[in-house]
Amino acid sequence: MAGYPIRGGVHPDERKLTREITIMRVPTPRRLYLPLKQHIGAPAKPCRVPGEIIHKGALLARSQGNVSAHIHAPCSGHVEDIVHWPAPHPSGLPTKVMVVVNDGKEICEDVSVPVNPFYLRPEVIAERVGLSGIVGLGGATFPAAVKLTLGQSHKTPILIINGCECEPYLTCDDRLMQERTHDVLDGVRILSQALAGPETIIAIEANKPDAIRLMEEAASHYGNIRVMAVPTRYPMGSEKQLIEFVTGRQVPVGKLSADIGVMLHNIATAYAVNRAVREGKPLTSRIVTVSGGAVQRPGNYEVPVGMLISDLLEFCGLKEEPARLIMGGPMMGQAIPHARIPVTKGCNGVLAMSAAEVARRVEHPCIRCASCVDACPIGLSPLTMSAFLKNDKLDAAVDIGLRDCILCGSCSFACPSGIPLAHYFNYGKGELISRAQQQQKDDEIKRLIQDRQVRMERLEKEREEAMARRKAEIAARKAAQAEKEKAAEGGADKAAEAEKAVA
Amino acid sequence: MIEGIFTLTILGLSLGLFLGLAARYLKVGADPIVEDISAMLPGSNCGQCGFAGCGQAAEAVANGSATLDLCPPGGKSLIESLAKRLGVDWDFSNTTASVPTVAYVQEATCIGCARCFKACPTDAIVGAPKQIHAVINSACNGCRLCVDVCPTECLQMVEVQTTLENWRWHKPQPAMQQTPLAQAA
Repeated sequence: MAGYPIRGGVHPDERKLTREITIMRVPTPRRLYLPLKQHIGAPAKPCRVPGEIIHKGALLARSQGNVSAHIHAPCSGHVEDIVHWPAPHPSGLPTKVMVVVNDGKEICEDVSVPVNPFYLRPEVIAERVGLSGIVGLGGATFPAAVKLTLGQSHKTPILIINGCECEPYLTCDDRLMQERTHDVLDGVRILSQALAGPETIIAIEANKPDAIRLMEEAASHYGNIRVMAVPTRYPMGSEKQLIEFVTGRQVPVGKLSADIGVMLHNIATAYAVNRAVREGKPLTSRIVTVSGGAVQRPGNYEVPVGMLISDLLEFCGLKEEPARLIMGGPMMGQAIPHARIPVTKGCNGVLAMSAAEVARRVEHPCIRCASCVDACPIGLSPLTMSAFLKNDKLDAAVDIGLRDCILCGSCSFACPSGIPLAHYFNYGKGELISRAQQQQKDDEIKRLIQDRQVRMERLEKEREEAMARRKAEIAARKAAQAEKEKAAEGGADKAAEAEKAVA
Repeated sequence: MIEGIFTLTILGLSLGLFLGLAARYLKVGADPIVEDISAMLPGSNCGQCGFAGCGQAAEAVANGSATLDLCPPGGKSLIESLAKRLGVDWDFSNTTASVPTVAYVQEATCIGCARCFKACPTDAIVGAPKQIHAVINSACNGCRLCVDVCPTECLQMVEVQTTLENWRWHKPQPAMQQTPLAQAA
């Protein structure tokens, strides 16, 4: 069915090498490395000490603050240590990681499950989702329970389930919809129940005909759920673009989709919600597409969270030394410096690119062809913004919409001169964040200086007062002494007089 | 004689009144730019710029006798906001990039003399007499006042460590280096 037209977008080569390969479970390795921050928001706080015996599904780290998520054990065994380990991040800088040793016994934690999840009240569903540590599995990793609560507090008449998977190479959502159709649909129904039954649209890109057919069949029994085939165009799976295509509404700058009454969840999130609410199983594994020219057996694998990418690639086999490793899709994913990095909840793909696939393009001068303007899904002018950023005119770039850029990389893809436009915008956005942080620190330091000055003045005044008081006391004591002496003298005189009188 | 005293008193009073009113209504305010600039400066009076305090530095910046990159604790963001306020273009390419620093106490040589935390304008150093002191990084703006008072040189300035919170994408470096024609020939 037709949606509302959206602008921009590109058509990268699909390269869905793993489209036909069924999901396979990867055996849990000996050691798992679970980062305490696998989501947007505050890192989880460890609630186990090194050496503690744990069961599969046990809570390892508790969410803290408003936006955060629990982390659970993907295997039974014991906690070895909490160490600093390279984070799943392009810099590869260390982050706090809980190391869990797998004993291979797979002893599960006892769970209580509801008789029928569709009898649960919306708040209870959100609570159960939160207790299972579910985050947005499309890659944004926003805690799902927080999002559901947000949707419950706003009026949310539309729920969109995102099965677009517009990134090249990735097929994990496609396979999930084909192989576990009913589980996914149950998850969609539970999510819809949690939002008090909104109109639910499952959006799937037209290049996945099998998934569309299966999901349509399964959804045909439920009145408020329908499947919508959306055109194959990158970045259709981006939140704002999909909402605009499906509903015709734009999310205003600086607002959330909940503010315009729309909620968006990923297919994989729906699947995880089903497992959490129906079976009481926390999020400890996810489907990951392992692909790329350097991989011997590419496919979709169910991987325990915390497994090192090097272990995963060893399991899948490597044909050659990968020229580049990417976590996520090739367009918006992050290049990682080495493979000793764990798979996290938000990692939907691991791509080991062969040297032939990453032909490095040489940068040429901009010829002002405006291909990037045509490709930009937001309607920005990437060539102007990058020219401003190149000359350190950050404010000018912000004025023409740097903050609205979603870093989809369509402009870099479309550029015939090979200018790294998305890199410029990453840099510009980073500078904006640094600036805000610096401003915050400056304000804080000014406050500290003023507080200290006020305190110093108060202490000075108090000291003076104390001194004055002591002086007064001494004076009073002296006066009293003098009085006494006088009295004593007076007494002596009287006594003498009395003696005289007696005599 | 009475008339003389009377005249002079009247004269004195009226002139006094005139001067008093003139002081109130014809007041020339302090330069607003100086006020704005001193609000932007950190206010810790650390003296790294060569002036006695942030007030004098603000005056110097306002009348153009000091450059915008005079304040090391302020860093790049201060230069940007000063340039914006004064309406000038600042070329960052010739600014020596000063890496932000914070104070660090080496525990082995700290004798707990308590001089540094008395000197710290932001209360960033904690400790007590005869106890090892420590620096709260988030409150330290790198003014170096503590380094000067430390008798054992255990206080040093260290560069701020790059962590996941402050890591940023670097600026893309153009791959092609255009050699000037004269050199190529």
